[in-house]
Amino acid sequence: MSQMSKIVRTQSNIIFPFITIFGLYVIAHGHLTPGGGFQGGAVVASGCIMLLVAYSSKWVLEKININRLSVFECFGALGFIGTAFFGLIFGGWFFNNFLVRNGILFNVVPEFGSTLSDFNTAGVLPLMNFAVGIKVIAGLFVIVLVMGLASSAKEWKQ
Amino acid sequence: MNWFELITLHSPPLIVAVPLLTAFLTPLVSKINDTIRNLFVLIMLGITGLLILILGYDVLTNGIRVYVFGGGAPLPSGMNIPVRIMFEIDGMTIFMVIITIILAIICILYSWSFMKKEDGQDKFYTLILLLVTSTFGMELTGDLFNFFVFLEISCITSCALIAFYVHKKESLDAAFKYIVISSIGALFILFAIGLLYAQYNALNMATIANAIQFTFFDKIVLVLLIAGLAMKSGLAPMHMWLLDAYSRSPASVTFILIGATLAGLYGGLRVIFTIYGNQLLNTGFTFYPGLIIGIIVTALGVLSIFIGVFMALKRSDFKKMIAYAAVAEIGYMFLAIGSYLIGLALSAPDNPQMLIAGTYALKGGLFHILNDALDIGLLFLVAGAVYYATKQTSLNSLGGLARNMKYTTIFFLIGLLAVSGMPPMNGFASKLLIYQSTYQISPILSIIAIICSIMLLAVFVKVFQSIFLGPEIPSLKDVKEVPKSMLAAMALVAGIIIFIGLFPNIIIDNLVTPAAEALQNTTGYISTILGGV
Amino acid sequence: MTMMYNIPFIAVVTMIFIGLYAVLFKRNLVKIVIGISIIESGVNLFLITLGYREGGVVPIFTSAPSEVVKNAPGSMVLPVPQALTLTSIVIGVAVLALMLSLIMHIYDHYGTLDVRKIRGSEE
Repeated sequence: MSQMSKIVRTQSNIIFPFITIFGLYVIAHGHLTPGGGFQGGAVVASGCIMLLVAYSSKWVLEKININRLSVFECFGALGFIGTAFFGLIFGGWFFNNFLVRNGILFNVVPEFGSTLSDFNTAGVLPLMNFAVGIKVIAGLFVIVLVMGLASSAKEWKQ
Repeated sequence: MNWFELITLHSPPLIVAVPLLTAFLTPLVSKINDTIRNLFVLIMLGITGLLILILGYDVLTNGIRVYVFGGGAPLPSGMNIPVRIMFEIDGMTIFMVIITIILAIICILYSWSFMKKEDGQDKFYTLILLLVTSTFGMELTGDLFNFFVFLEISCITSCALIAFYVHKKESLDAAFKYIVISSIGALFILFAIGLLYAQYNALNMATIANAIQFTFFDKIVLVLLIAGLAMKSGLAPMHMWLLDAYSRSPASVTFILIGATLAGLYGGLRVIFTIYGNQLLNTGFTFYPGLIIGIIVTALGVLSIFIGVFMALKRSDFKKMIAYAAVAEIGYMFLAIGSYLIGLALSAPDNPQMLIAGTYALKGGLFHILNDALDIGLLFLVAGAVYYATKQTSLNSLGGLARNMKYTTIFFLIGLLAVSGMPPMNGFASKLLIYQSTYQISPILSIIAIICSIMLLAVFVKVFQSIFLGPEIPSLKDVKEVPKSMLAAMALVAGIIIFIGLFPNIIIDNLVTPAAEALQNTTGYISTILGGV
Repeated sequence: MTMMYNIPFIAVVTMIFIGLYAVLFKRNLVKIVIGISIIESGVNLFLITLGYREGGVVPIFTSAPSEVVKNAPGSMVLPVPQALTLTSIVIGVAVLALMLSLIMHIYDHYGTLDVRKIRGSEE
């Protein structure tokens, strides 16, 4: 698998930050608009895979350490299950939403009825959205990277 | 006793969450050292076992326990159907959870030295811990969609474990067959759950059990659920994946896979007895749906026993013959449950004979779940030890191993006697209950069961003679005995088998009878959540 | 007019039958995987169509018009099947990735993707 032409590489360089910012927006506003952890993570992973297709997978492998990506993925999973355990320690029940009325970070409860959306609401949910988003980005990127490496290694052997 | 009550109150989610946390911490710990990682996994599983014992003692003395995720009371204020995910724990759940933790601890002890020379070990331990988590989740939950999610997790992780030997081409073929069949079965289960949600607007098992009427869509849902869950546990027309997957995967993977298939059987029991309990479990001869389901389940069980025993006679691969015996044992369990349903439907208020026979059949079937997991597991561990020592699995090239591997021979002898139902072992107790009770329902079933047990004994005596006895083969002259941790795991299983065989009353009175009563007690299950509505 | 609301259910049944035909009768491994993906799309469509209520709006509570909020869950589309469908799509992605990796390994060993030639050792 060789690199694509210079036009494609330049174009994907320009578009990649916009895709990443849009994906992070979808992850972060998961408790107000449609979206959340998995959807935003899939958008960011699509941006990374676009880079993988434009530059060949051997070139990307030289720039990135796969073992460090696996550790990154573990931290996403540990963030999710750790937040659930904190619900047990601070709130009294497993998965309890302990930040919603008396916490530090996301502790506003909106009034009943049709109001303007406030980002500072809904307790533990944005933190869990970020944890799931990190895990999905790392997971999908490693899957496609390994598949690309395996198929290009066979082509080099033949 | 404040600490103790706090642990008992919060133990249901901790039983699922502690193996999950360990599964995600294992890749980080394995960068330090290998032995520390093995010890870490074993200690965490020991903590889970302690939590299970505390929870089991509480449930068996105090009754059904409910845990609500993220809140206090089951019904939030102003609502009259439960909306949160709940875990509901009764006697049947405790029985299955105890079986799973015994299988998990022995599997990790065995793989300490069985997997020592392979690469990719940290992924192996992560996948085994995720499989254990999903099995606990399937057994503890009281919510239908939660059950489906844990079922899919167990499909994906067990497929990745079956294909562990990627350099041999047979394992990949078995894993592909397994994932295709499993994912189609799980999609049908999801379709059925969607149909139930559309009718009753609830996903909680107790709410659906309270509100169910036997309409046309409910009959479709019952058929789809039983077919999907029987596909997962390896019943007769759908047993093809079980033979390949059990015989071509590493031995410790097969040992924990037995636990996952038994969790599929537990799901089938929950659907028949709890969700459809008010509709299917009425006595009286004019009540047709329970009788039809009982006849179908019994027929499929007898078909499994036939296929398992008679197809094993002409094979010559060691692990495949044990896999055929596993299919036959699943047939025994389904035969017992079908006999209970037939006995319930055929009994009248002035003739309680059939009902008593049916209840004994149910107890025999549930006791057989425990015995079968241990017996077939011990046989697979011995097969793994033989493969570790000689790197061969075919009967044609093995022989005369009893000179060098003394302890392994003794363990195989114990497993052989237990599988075919000989007296000092635990197989005798559960099979005697099944023979006695199915004789009163229909004598033909009992005769078929006894004949097939004797054929299993014949098959395994042939295997024993050709592998362990006989003249020595020159190429196998210098095999050594397997390492100590594998011997310790096999000795632990054999010890439990002999203990249950000598004192079966302890297990039946304390574990099996509460499980059978909890399955029949549908109104108790519903009223614990809905509060007597 | 009421016939129009049954069209998604007819599409669900059609997709499941097409998917089952592809899994049972096709010989190429990749076509079997595509058949499973079609069955899964059909079941997801079924779950989403369950939640439709006539004249309903998007179930977002804080930016709905005020007369919808007054009879609040009455005229919104059901949100629970949307969460069930999302979980099912995630599971489908994981299963698809696993099946494609297995196909790559099988092609490495056997050199062909025909189901009838892939037997393993049968004895």
